[in-house]
Amino acid sequence: MNVRVKLFAILRERAGTSAVTRELADGSTVADLWRELQKDYPKLDVPGIRMLYAVNQNYVNLDQPLKDQDEVVFIPPVSGG
Amino acid sequence: MFCVTQQPIDLQKLVDYVTDPEAGAIATFIGTTRNNNEGRKVIALDYEAYPEMAEKELARIGAAAAKSWPICRMAILHRLGPVQIGEASVVIAVSSAHRDAAFAASRFAIEEIKKTVPIWKKEVFEGGEVWIGTQTGQPLPDHLKQG
Repeated sequence: MNVRVKLFAILRERAGTSAVTRELADGSTVADLWRELQKDYPKLDVPGIRMLYAVNQNYVNLDQPLKDQDEVVFIPPVSGG
Repeated sequence: MFCVTQQPIDLQKLVDYVTDPEAGAIATFIGTTRNNNEGRKVIALDYEAYPEMAEKELARIGAAAAKSWPICRMAILHRLGPVQIGEASVVIAVSSAHRDAAFAASRFAIEEIKKTVPIWKKEVFEGGEVWIGTQTGQPLPDHLKQG
């Protein structure tokens, strides 16, 4: 399956891109995707960063299974307002 | 009205939006760019968002406020892109029959915005720039905590 990843803020800067499409094995989770992305973009690993995770604009946990065409966003610490 | 915008925020438009014949009170909160932070001299803040989800979260905050307090109308507008010293980055406007609800809902909204809305600010200061929040991480919002 293919998932669409959007990157923002510090993750966007470190990866050097704001959008990535990634092929994953069926049954992969958000955690699996993160591991794969860190291999593709080693600078994505920000030590100590605590993130939130969103799939199709809903907050989910790391163990959320993914489906084909899901939009996944790794959300670094927010600082709106 | 729960939106993000690239344009400067027109406060009067938001006040007009929440004005209601049933309301005896309108409370507004404006977040502005401050010229200093943690000993650094700030030049500007630059806001970035996951826009569709940011608007969805702002609307969720509005719905939560309406559930908790007897408010009439509410609007939140968050600006994106560069925001200079003294300019507004976010405006919240709430109307209610009596002032307690308007005050409480506006306070609630700004606290929630800072926890869950996928918007990030980059501080441009004399000597560099830094994404605010990255260094310290963030606590999980209550509605996502398990157990």
